[in-house]
Amino acid sequence: MLRRREIAAAALFQMPLMTTRPVTRRNAVFGITMAAAALVRPSISRAQSTGRVVVVGGGFGGAACARALKRAQGDLQVILIEPNAVFTSCPFSNEVIAGLRDIDAQQFGYDKLAAEGITVIGQAVTAIEPERRSVMTTDGVALPYDRLVLSPGIDFHVEALPGYDNAASEKMPHAWKAGAQTLLLRRQLEAMEDGGTVAIAIPANPSRCPPAPYERASLIAHYLKTKKPRSKVLVLDAKDSFSQQRLFEKAWKELYGDMIERIGLSQGGRVTSIDAATGTIVTEFGNYTPDVANVIPPQRAGRIAEIADAADHTGWCPIDPVTFESKLVPNIHVIGDACLGGGIPKSAAAASAQGKACAATIVNLLAGRAPEASRLTGVCYNTAAPGYGFSLAGNYQPRGDIFAEVEGGTTSPVDAPLELRAREAAEAERWFQTITADTFG
Amino acid sequence: MPALINVPAKAKRGDIIEIRTLTSHIMETGFRHTADGRLVPRDIITSFTCRYNGTEIFRADLFPAIAANPYLSFFTVAKESGKFEFEWMGDNGYCSTASASITVE
Repeated sequence: MLRRREIAAAALFQMPLMTTRPVTRRNAVFGITMAAAALVRPSISRAQSTGRVVVVGGGFGGAACARALKRAQGDLQVILIEPNAVFTSCPFSNEVIAGLRDIDAQQFGYDKLAAEGITVIGQAVTAIEPERRSVMTTDGVALPYDRLVLSPGIDFHVEALPGYDNAASEKMPHAWKAGAQTLLLRRQLEAMEDGGTVAIAIPANPSRCPPAPYERASLIAHYLKTKKPRSKVLVLDAKDSFSQQRLFEKAWKELYGDMIERIGLSQGGRVTSIDAATGTIVTEFGNYTPDVANVIPPQRAGRIAEIADAADHTGWCPIDPVTFESKLVPNIHVIGDACLGGGIPKSAAAASAQGKACAATIVNLLAGRAPEASRLTGVCYNTAAPGYGFSLAGNYQPRGDIFAEVEGGTTSPVDAPLELRAREAAEAERWFQTITADTFG
Repeated sequence: MPALINVPAKAKRGDIIEIRTLTSHIMETGFRHTADGRLVPRDIITSFTCRYNGTEIFRADLFPAIAANPYLSFFTVAKESGKFEFEWMGDNGYCSTASASITVE
């Protein structure tokens, strides 16, 4: 039974994010964050039977799901498996790259989740046996489950970008999983001489946080303009158009003149291979040897999805968008970046919204009730410079096999006074405080 | 923007080489209407040819269903040093050309 106080708290977290007022997303690397307005629709009455749910992956999706499960039904056994003791947030990590923020501000632990009665296991998953409903971890322990939630995030699609392996990423960082890679890219920018070129290679969709590469280009330009003004940013893009493009392009012009050059798909910008030995980025029509190369490779669902056989030929996990159940493996739910979400972006806020909605579904399923379709609301903030933010808010509903965007979404106006940009930048910061407190605090 | 061409600068005689081209063009289908109901006239590239030292080695016909900024990639055998010439022809007298050189050893 959900206590009234908890319901109130859950509602509080959701409300500011549900509104369609432009919010600024500042941030982040992965910035898009969509706010999860999803309801943990605390199920009305306590379920009759208890159960055991294992959640794999302690990012924004998995941690939100574990917490929502425990809060919705206190006697449910909730186990969160996550090998890292400390989570490093991708949202706002572009600011770390640009020297505007310490990485400590991105890091969160699982103590509060454990204190709420969630069993947090610091292991990696090595095997999943769906027919026995059991998960194996690195220490050889087999954990049985009634329902399994996978929130594995992304991995890189090595075959899709020849030449870009782990060793290459130590030289030409992706910084698309926050942590050591974020700091490596930061150090490379600091070490670069004034007058250098920073290239950012951007993959086609679907990928984690579609607008984040452009936020990164903006914030790197901010750093260069401030400290190394003769330098430039070269964006090599496998797409012709991108999220909030007009807002970004206006910001680039206003803030950075022609410091940022973008070569899109139809200008030959698609990167086809990497030669790490010479630091070369190869596109369909040319070779580039920048001073700093940030290579964001094509992506697919995280490794756990493959272990579970939950990913299809696309590399992502098909789901029933009402229940988040895998279409390939029974009793397994997939949330966050790893699922084939359709219109809903792969963002922290989307993952959080999905985690909460999935928790509500599982509580219903374990109690023998029919699951209810959720409407998810997301807000995504971008920061083009300190104090210069804009946002996108969207609503999503299950339609067929995916989430479709439905009416009610809004994007910041392209022509807006700087006060609005400043206000949205401040809202972005609050969004980050809220979602991280909601998930880990 | 002029066309983008990718031909290897050097090849060994007998090598199979890939040639890539990309040209900017709206490829307007002729099936769309404006907000006030008028038909937007068709404006597409209708043919592409590639000549290698004067000999036609590749030709393609293009149709309204082909997306804007057509990208074509094809293969040939490097026989001798010289020049590849590319030509795009289309509606309303559209004509665009480009060329690239290769050294065959």
